[in-house]
Amino acid sequence: MARGDEQGRRRRSGDQAPGRGVRFRIGPFTGRLSDVTPLDIDALLDDHSVHIVVCCGSGGVGKTTTSAALGVRAAERGRRVVVLTIDPARRLAQSLGLEQLDNTPRPVRGVDTSTGGGLDAMMLDMKRTFDEVVEAHASPDKAEQIFANPFYQALSSSFAGTQEYMAMEKLSQLRTHLSGEPGRDGRWDLIVVDTPPSRSALDFLDAPERLSSFLDGRLIRILLAPARGPARVFTAGISVVTGVLSKILGGQMLRDVQTFVSAFDALFGGFRARAEQTYQVLKAPQTAFVVVASPDIDALREAAFFVERLEAEGMPLAGLVLNRVTDGATGGISAQAALAGAERLDDERLTAALLRLHARRLERAARERAVRRRFAGAHPGVRTATIPALPTDVHDLEALREIGDLLIA
Amino acid sequence: MTGKGGTGKTTVAAALALALAAGGKRVLLCEVEGRQGIASVFDVAPLPYDERRVAVAPDGGQVWALAIDAEAAFLEYLQIFYHLGRAGKLLDKFGVVDFATTIAPGARDVLLTGKVYEAARRRKHERPVYDAIVLDAPPTGRVGRFLNVNSDVAGIAKVGPIRNQATSIMDFLRSPQTRVQLVSSLEEMPVQEVLDSYDEMHDIGLAVGGIVVNFARESELTKTELANARNGRLDLQRIGSALKEAGINGGDSALAALEDEARQHAERVAIEAKQRRRLQDTGCPIVELPEVSEGVDLGTLYDFADRLRDCEAIS
Ligand SMILES: Nc1ncnc2c1ncn2[C@@H]1O[C@H](COP(=O)(O)OP(=O)(O)OP(=O)(O)O)[C@@H](O)[C@H]1O
Ligand SMILES: Nc1ncnc2c1ncn2[C@@H]1O[C@H](COP(=O)(O)OP(=O)(O)O)[C@@H](O)[C@H]1O
Ligand SMILES: [Mg+2]
Ligand SMILES: [Mg+2]
Repeated sequence: MARGDEQGRRRRSGDQAPGRGVRFRIGPFTGRLSDVTPLDIDALLDDHSVHIVVCCGSGGVGKTTTSAALGVRAAERGRRVVVLTIDPARRLAQSLGLEQLDNTPRPVRGVDTSTGGGLDAMMLDMKRTFDEVVEAHASPDKAEQIFANPFYQALSSSFAGTQEYMAMEKLSQLRTHLSGEPGRDGRWDLIVVDTPPSRSALDFLDAPERLSSFLDGRLIRILLAPARGPARVFTAGISVVTGVLSKILGGQMLRDVQTFVSAFDALFGGFRARAEQTYQVLKAPQTAFVVVASPDIDALREAAFFVERLEAEGMPLAGLVLNRVTDGATGGISAQAALAGAERLDDERLTAALLRLHARRLERAARERAVRRRFAGAHPGVRTATIPALPTDVHDLEALREIGDLLIA
Repeated sequence: MTGKGGTGKTTVAAALALALAAGGKRVLLCEVEGRQGIASVFDVAPLPYDERRVAVAPDGGQVWALAIDAEAAFLEYLQIFYHLGRAGKLLDKFGVVDFATTIAPGARDVLLTGKVYEAARRRKHERPVYDAIVLDAPPTGRVGRFLNVNSDVAGIAKVGPIRNQATSIMDFLRSPQTRVQLVSSLEEMPVQEVLDSYDEMHDIGLAVGGIVVNFARESELTKTELANARNGRLDLQRIGSALKEAGINGGDSALAALEDEARQHAERVAIEAKQRRRLQDTGCPIVELPEVSEGVDLGTLYDFADRLRDCEAIS
């Protein structure tokens, strides 16, 4: 989870994602919803050249729900799907059978497999994924040493971006089971990836870069210096730094840092290489990004950033899923007429109350349309599908199917 | 102040600061996530690492604000405790500051909470500089580790300056002077996270003051009407004639739309009632703040502050 130094990261990654208070254009006031092309979800799921669907967006907008719904629908349309969820709501996890945290995909019961498809699901365990990476790439001795080091515990459980990074690692592990590519066992032909609940939708793309810039950092090189042999000449600056460090941290802690860094040294290269490789896969046409947003200004601003970023990186955007959209059907009563009518009814309290409810819904729908228009004005090419706000939470297969149906309605 | 992301931590923290400042008090509102949330709710320019007055409260109180930045707090700490002038800069240049504030386990949290601790104990003319401090803390998923600074650094420092600092901060957080306030909307996930956090705080030995239910919606419908709406038993004939009386001639489609909306509304109210009961089961004092459909502005904050004043849930 994003726990690290937010400002430092912004500085390093050089992007300009604004704080919420910054009045950022999400688009002009002149956009038109009638110009928006619908996103055909079934065409996306039926396209067998697409092997990875990534759902991204800012926190709480419905990424996990959308990923799960896409997974169920694709499976019931005949694809062999694995969905990688991150932090699902407890009851959703229960109904998908995701409660055991063993970090491997398990079949989801209750999915209709008559078309030859199937659905496996898993929930990311970030610490465990990190442990797996260490086990796979370090000698047993080194691995033991790393696991025992307090700094590894911190890096694997709380470093800003570790969750995003481990989602990438898990994705590259799952990819080795994709069909259609040489040397793969073909267990799945579609991976649906949910992304971590970070504040900014961009965190997911920036995490590997952040981790490797940390691992490449100057301090790491200084700390490695003694381990790399006596031939290394210390500059005056470095000895001041280590002197001060041992004064502040104490000798023991400094030694812990040093052992950690040198034990980890051998792994650094592999981390970078895999991050780079996954990044390349995300750029390939076999991948499709689905940006999820709720129809409010904060989420659409993040969505706008993401759309622009994908374009700049040449990453394949399938489209936008707008979740929890308020139904704007008037049923023949405008908001104004409803409010005026409610005024006139003093002794029909129930009807007056229903009219006010109606007006409030229409006003909300109008506000949502206004921000959506602005987004559409700035990003006219972005295909869009909508999911209405359901009155209840989404936590079983049936509700996920309903979400799937609503997505194509 | 903690809660699930987006449920209103910053908004409620700001309103609470105003409420506590009312009547001539001086309150410091802090944030720690580098997001400039305080500047945004009070609609002022981004805050530097420096205490600024952001609002005046009813009857002459003042709200000051501070965006705590871990790197700046670290350099300040080095300056105060080690008198490191130029060496501090050198540490920064070699990435030590970056290291200490991003990965060294717990160091970051010790720095951030340490700054709050310092402000809480600061005195001038033998009086505390601030009457109260409100901290807009990290969200529920991270707040336990954030506040439990002592165990956070225990793994790496058994003795030494960092450990001593962590111990004093922890004593302060566990003292009767500190309260954790939880914020939740009436949706399942935020409520679950707040309940988990409630238990976690108890385990760490921190006192929970109360729960603020944000985005609360009140229904104009009676219990019976809500039940009828859910079961499709509303008296449509009567509603239909009332519509005519009100001059609305939408016919059957209008009636169907209202009926459907009533059902959805009633379902929502039932879910919210269930979530509210789960929060009430903690036995914790609860205060509710309404959802404002036009969005929160400065006026809303003062209104929320009024609702929070003198209420048990934020004592
Ligand atoms: N009672 C309310 N009625 C309407 N809107 C509200 C209410 N409370 C908060 N909001 C709005 O909801 C959004 C999120 O609120 P806020 O930023 O306070 O939450 P937060 O918990 O601090 O979020 P984060 O986790 O992102 O820091 C803001 O746009 C805010 O104006
Ligand atoms: N269209 C919808 N209607 C009603 N509730 C929804 C809808 N989409 C999501 N939810 C609910 O909102 C909550 C957050 O959704 P989730 O998918 O976990 O968000 P994210 O993964 O983006 O953080 C869940 O409780 C989910 O059931
Ligand atoms: Mg999620
Ligand atoms: Mg906030």
